[in-house]
Amino acid sequence: MAGWMAIFKRELFSYFATPVALVFMVVFLVLSGAFTFYLGDFFLRDQADLQSFFIYHPWLFLFLIPAISMRLWAEDRRSGTFELLLTLPVSTFAVVFGKFLAAWIFIGLTLAMTFPIWITVNYLGAPDNGVILAGYLASFLMAGSYLSIGAALSALTRNQIIAFVGTAAICFLFMASGLPLVQNLFFGWAPEALVSLVASFSFLGHFNSILKGVIEGRDLLFFISLIAFWLFVNYLIVNLKREAG
Amino acid sequence: MIKAENLSKHYGALKAVDGISFAVKKGEVLGFLGPNGAGKTTTMKLLTGFLAPTTGKITIDGNDISENLKKAQKKIGYLPEGAPLYEEMTPRGFLKFIGAARGLEGRAFLKAFDQVVKNVGLESVLDQRVETLSKGYRSRLGLAQALLHDPEILILDEPTDGLDPNQKHKIRGLIQSLSKNKVIIISTHNLEEVESICSRAIIIHQGKIVADGTPHELKTKSRYYNAVLIRGPVSGHKKLAAALEKLAAISGVEVTREGQSATLAVLAAGNKPPVGEIQKQLAKSRWPVEEISVDPGRLEDVFRTLTTTAEEAA
Repeated sequence: MAGWMAIFKRELFSYFATPVALVFMVVFLVLSGAFTFYLGDFFLRDQADLQSFFIYHPWLFLFLIPAISMRLWAEDRRSGTFELLLTLPVSTFAVVFGKFLAAWIFIGLTLAMTFPIWITVNYLGAPDNGVILAGYLASFLMAGSYLSIGAALSALTRNQIIAFVGTAAICFLFMASGLPLVQNLFFGWAPEALVSLVASFSFLGHFNSILKGVIEGRDLLFFISLIAFWLFVNYLIVNLKREAG
Repeated sequence: MIKAENLSKHYGALKAVDGISFAVKKGEVLGFLGPNGAGKTTTMKLLTGFLAPTTGKITIDGNDISENLKKAQKKIGYLPEGAPLYEEMTPRGFLKFIGAARGLEGRAFLKAFDQVVKNVGLESVLDQRVETLSKGYRSRLGLAQALLHDPEILILDEPTDGLDPNQKHKIRGLIQSLSKNKVIIISTHNLEEVESICSRAIIIHQGKIVADGTPHELKTKSRYYNAVLIRGPVSGHKKLAAALEKLAAISGVEVTREGQSATLAVLAAGNKPPVGEIQKQLAKSRWPVEEISVDPGRLEDVFRTLTTTAEEAA
């Protein structure tokens, strides 16, 4: 596993060496602000909490995360640095992990940049800061899940548009698997066990339960194991692609 | 020492590399020659462990690289085809990254960094973004990246591709200066390069080795090897050529005309230049010779003969 740190540092640096970091952060901050105040009725709710802020993150991430993840491997494969990375004395999994972690930490930093809204709500009232912290955690885990899916898809295709759309579609299915939109597909014909299995994969279900401020082991385990699973898929795809040339 | 034994790489029905074996010792500079698509790059990808062979194995000092790939890769410096780099980084940052990935940090890194920057001549562009660098500097940075950890084995895929003659000269000088205590393998389709820096050359065609020897040995396979070249005026050259062709020591005469002069390439039938026979014939014919020389053999001719398939020739 040695060497992942070098990969991680380089990748994280690359966000800030290009306009990617600036554009991403500005768009995220503007949109999350707009959603919170206009769609979420932050003021009208007259509640000292950040529910109306966090509740839109899964939707925002749906198109912002694929934008970050689509270039994760595609760029290396296009420029040939893919070959350079994989002939360094660093294991393939370390490269997969370093790349993923850099993107995740970058998104974490973007989330941290929303701290003014936390200050605002503390200024206006007396919110439960534990719940807010749980909200950030939920949002961060959600982002990591989307990202792990996006990273694997980026390794699968050189075409960044396909990676973007594919990631958004798969993330949407995972996110919405607890909503009627997806559930109705299974109702009526599928055994009840399958319906509840599909529902249990719902990002939103686990997201919402952490958001309430109840940090339960099974919700954390869900996100962590989901990320681990997709990182493993990513690893397999990278090995497959290197052999295919 | 790096050794390839019966190495193959198949993509479905396509045999990109088809059962090649060779060994390269310390101090040797091996040149891989071959037309595009012959399997040079695939062989290099196998040697560096980027690809796994379909059959056969690669050993470094007797150890199979597939058993501990990362350990083997520590000993190898590799410049992939086209010198891929991270565009948004500076050479300094890029080399720092490569150093960190190779476990070179702190003092050890700085020492290696200073050395390699001086060797390849990157001082003036260290803090410029890679995307603004000229092709010459990009190649040098690619080379610097491969040399940073002072590897025992250096594998360079077309290191002088796209460089101007001055830059080529510099890079070749550098490779030669490094060759004393390293195994160096380069691929190229520049024949002049093979003659100037390689102690040995392997010609690959359709995934197979078709020739293996020193550049001199390869040149002896050329039909021009030991040919005598005679230049003189156009008038009378045909008569002389016809007379020479009849001699037993001569296998043929090829004529090239350039303006008012003609050059006869008198091909030797045996393994010595037929100088005596030619001298007698020249004295008889009284053709005013302007220049006479012995051809050392032409690598280009050997390359073409060995790598042209029957259907391409037709």
